[in-house]
Amino acid sequence: MTPVLEVKNLKTYFRTPFGLGKAVDGISFSIGKGETFALVGESGCGKSVTALSIMQLVPGPHGFIAEGECFLNGKEITGLSESEKRKIRGNNISMIFQEPMTSLNPVFTIGEQIVEAVKLHHKKSSREARDIAVGMLGKVRLKSPETLFKEYPHRLSGGMRQRVMIAMALACKPDLLIADEPTTSLDVTIQREILNLIKELQTEMFASVLLISHNLAVVFENANRVGVMYGGKIVEMSGTKDIFRNPMHPYTIKLLRAAPGVEKRTKPLDTIPGAVPASVDFPAGCRFSGRCHREMEGCAAMEPPLYGRENSHLVTHLVTHLAAHLVACHLYDPGFMSKPYSRPLGKIPEAAPLPALPHKDRETLLTVKGLKYYYPVKKGILKKTTGYLRAVDGIDLTVRKGSTLALVGESGCGKTTAGKAILKLIEPTEGNVIFKGCDITRLSGRGLLPYRSLMQIIFQDPYSSLDPRMMAGDIIEEGLKSLKPGLGKKSRKERVSRVLDMVGLTPDMRNRYPHEFSGGQRQRIGIARVLAVEPEFIVCDEATSSLDVSVQAQILNLLKSIQQDFGLSFLFITHDLSIVEYMADEVAVMYDGKIVESGTVEEIFTNPKEEYTKRLLLAVPRIEVA
Amino acid sequence: MPVILATDLIMYFLFLMAASFTVFAARGGGVCAQVWRHIRKDRLAMVSMFILLLYGGVALMDSIRWRDPITAQDGTFAQTPDGKRIFNPQALSLLDRILHNLREDTEKTFSPPFAGYSYVKEAIERPNGATERDYAPLKHPGDHWLGTDKVGSDVLFSALKGIRTGVVIGTGTTIIIIPFALFFGVLAGYFGGFADDIIQYIYTTLSSIPGVLLIVAFMLIFGTSGYQGGLVTEDTLLFGFFVPQDRLFWLCVIMGITSWTDLCRIIRGETLKLRELEYVQAANAFGVSDTMTIIRHIVPNLMHLVLITLVLQFSSLVLAEAILSYIGIGVGPETGSWGNMINSARLELSREPVVWWSILGAFIFMFGLVLPANIFGDSVRDSLDPRLRMGKR
Repeated sequence: MTPVLEVKNLKTYFRTPFGLGKAVDGISFSIGKGETFALVGESGCGKSVTALSIMQLVPGPHGFIAEGECFLNGKEITGLSESEKRKIRGNNISMIFQEPMTSLNPVFTIGEQIVEAVKLHHKKSSREARDIAVGMLGKVRLKSPETLFKEYPHRLSGGMRQRVMIAMALACKPDLLIADEPTTSLDVTIQREILNLIKELQTEMFASVLLISHNLAVVFENANRVGVMYGGKIVEMSGTKDIFRNPMHPYTIKLLRAAPGVEKRTKPLDTIPGAVPASVDFPAGCRFSGRCHREMEGCAAMEPPLYGRENSHLVTHLVTHLAAHLVACHLYDPGFMSKPYSRPLGKIPEAAPLPALPHKDRETLLTVKGLKYYYPVKKGILKKTTGYLRAVDGIDLTVRKGSTLALVGESGCGKTTAGKAILKLIEPTEGNVIFKGCDITRLSGRGLLPYRSLMQIIFQDPYSSLDPRMMAGDIIEEGLKSLKPGLGKKSRKERVSRVLDMVGLTPDMRNRYPHEFSGGQRQRIGIARVLAVEPEFIVCDEATSSLDVSVQAQILNLLKSIQQDFGLSFLFITHDLSIVEYMADEVAVMYDGKIVESGTVEEIFTNPKEEYTKRLLLAVPRIEVA
Repeated sequence: MPVILATDLIMYFLFLMAASFTVFAARGGGVCAQVWRHIRKDRLAMVSMFILLLYGGVALMDSIRWRDPITAQDGTFAQTPDGKRIFNPQALSLLDRILHNLREDTEKTFSPPFAGYSYVKEAIERPNGATERDYAPLKHPGDHWLGTDKVGSDVLFSALKGIRTGVVIGTGTTIIIIPFALFFGVLAGYFGGFADDIIQYIYTTLSSIPGVLLIVAFMLIFGTSGYQGGLVTEDTLLFGFFVPQDRLFWLCVIMGITSWTDLCRIIRGETLKLRELEYVQAANAFGVSDTMTIIRHIVPNLMHLVLITLVLQFSSLVLAEAILSYIGIGVGPETGSWGNMINSARLELSREPVVWWSILGAFIFMFGLVLPANIFGDSVRDSLDPRLRMGKR
């Protein structure tokens, strides 16, 4: 049977001022009828460019398909004219994007947008197209499709919009649906619903899906086959069960080990040193060389082909639709391994276990009592306050010395607002925050200054949390100048060097601007800046959620080690429950401005009492290889 | 005796700024050296800078002026009955003196560029005594590179005189706009609340009045002419060498007052955005004072917007001067300006045959100022952005 999609040796390059960017560099795969094929990898590995290349939507004029072919139902589509391509897009191949908030046009109703998609490809009367659209809205499990048909996108939540996008994508019954990170910007519970929906409709319509994700657990639960991408190449490809049970490529192995989880609590996470290289300076040989823990002397010079064994026959990467477990690594090449250049370069460092302290006996550092934060809702020309939006509605929390309290909840539940109100970055409406026996809600101005250095915050986005016009050294010094005015210039400089060293950066990096650092390094600067003023309590507001898994592991390890070295307490605000399992001692689950349940990690994760907590825990995708 | 107009001070200020930039850039380190390093690599910006320096030089020469004593026919200085020397009320600038020939070599009326003969026929007396209508030979054939205008004065000279007006209008107004817009915009955006309301009311009110009407009203109140009449002697010179009653100066002030609102609105919006950014909140968490936060985090991150807006506004200000001169409330007819040249071109273009060189001269010179100013401004903005500075290899 011909596969629905067959990609052969696809190469998509970008001309950049720094040279030719080989975003996708010779990948081959195929997707059978009704199959879900997943491309997984960190950001910058070429997953999305692959999707755009298949759609023939490579952004010009700098991007172009340099080589390779895509076959749709056996028909070549790379060489088609623009009008022929347009007939295929949306009709034979359609796509769901990551950001449902911006992928619908706000000035047209939902109905109009679906009808437009239908009429573009099928000769239907307005009546028929309308019926199809309403039918599709029903199919994506939206309530009262007739009413929704006339609704504008802004009236819908993110999850509902993503459903509309799916309805639009499937309205023409495409052969292939490309889902590019379809749930990344959604909450866990909604992510679960959307993924289930895609699966159901896929079975119903017998469509093939190309799923693109950086989340290994999502891929595990949804894909039949997986291709792991790194540096514009597929480094490993096999059936899902096979790849997760028996990962072969060092990158895949590391990715799986870097993901936090409850079973890894006592030891640091496995990390991949460095970051994904830019597509203009990939290493000449194996793309993973330089970061690989099993690198051999010849790796950096020789590029490994993607190959595997089937019935003891060697098969190469050009044979794309096979059950064989394909891997691009010299480790599995007997020819390579018999040569002298197969000497391993470095040793695999074994992670040392962390001593765990019983957290119950630790003394209390911070108590939050009945904290409220209301946003006034203003109306009319005179801006009279007509009501309040209860972002944080009376929460109680206790943080113990040297331990971590995780505050979890979905977006919009008020967890970030709570974190800022505790630090008095915003003025709480009501309630007390007692830190070391002092109610800091009563302090202001100068009185608050001593507490400012003891209580600090690490922000989510390493790109907006550092002033782009200040050098790293100045950024770190800023807090020192303000909070430790007694320090002389020399001792300030010394301390900057010390904290840079502590977070794993070199002191000479102080003279660089934020944009010269990678995302992970920037987050390290954010941590260094906080450590410089010697705090005892740090609020980590989604401190790792914008980072790749391998970098997230580095940062989590760093946070854990500084906690142990300095006896710091953390309030970890996050939506990612796997991080909670790994990092936290206690958990507070927040919903709609209130704490619905709190307790130790073991209590909550093994025996949740509230309905909401149960739902949240069930929705988390997990990798369970029996 | 030197005469200093209020607008001359603007030019001197500009010269001082450029000079101090050179000194700081040469000394190395700091912002100036940074900007210079970047511009030096950018060939287009270097060319622009060279052109701008030429314009600046001409404008500066046109801003150094002094009055000459009037000489009597016998070569002695003219004197009042009580023995005071009498001076010419018109103070000629250094430029006027250098381009003496261009200024003095006038023709009778229109002549095209590089022409040998006049553009209109007139009655000429031939050597044989006959009179006929023909194109008269010029007094200075081939000397007028851009032709002559209706009264026969050199168009190139008028255009060169227009440089000072254009530069003064552009920079003078800008100098007034920046502090207003930056101060009020940041105040409104950063603190919000009451301050925001008041400032918004002010600029909405100001921008709801048609700009030209407002300028007309202001000009009628303040825009008195420079020379007040009367005899200029040694005494008047001693006390009155500084002339605040300068139409051009008031034009700058008035245009500044009416056009700071656009920039202010942009700055307020950007400040609102910046205030919510995490690095500002981080500064807040470190207990950094509001003033320091504004100076260190808000203003530097606004500079690119300020530069873009000013460069765009610079061009529109030069154009606005032309419009105002057109309706007769710009600089006086005695001051050379591109606006006046364009204004007169209105009639020249409608006559037959068309006189095209006057507007061409104004166009070339305006273009030559506005385009390099844009390119140079862009390059300065890039040089101040650390992201771009390092990105360029």
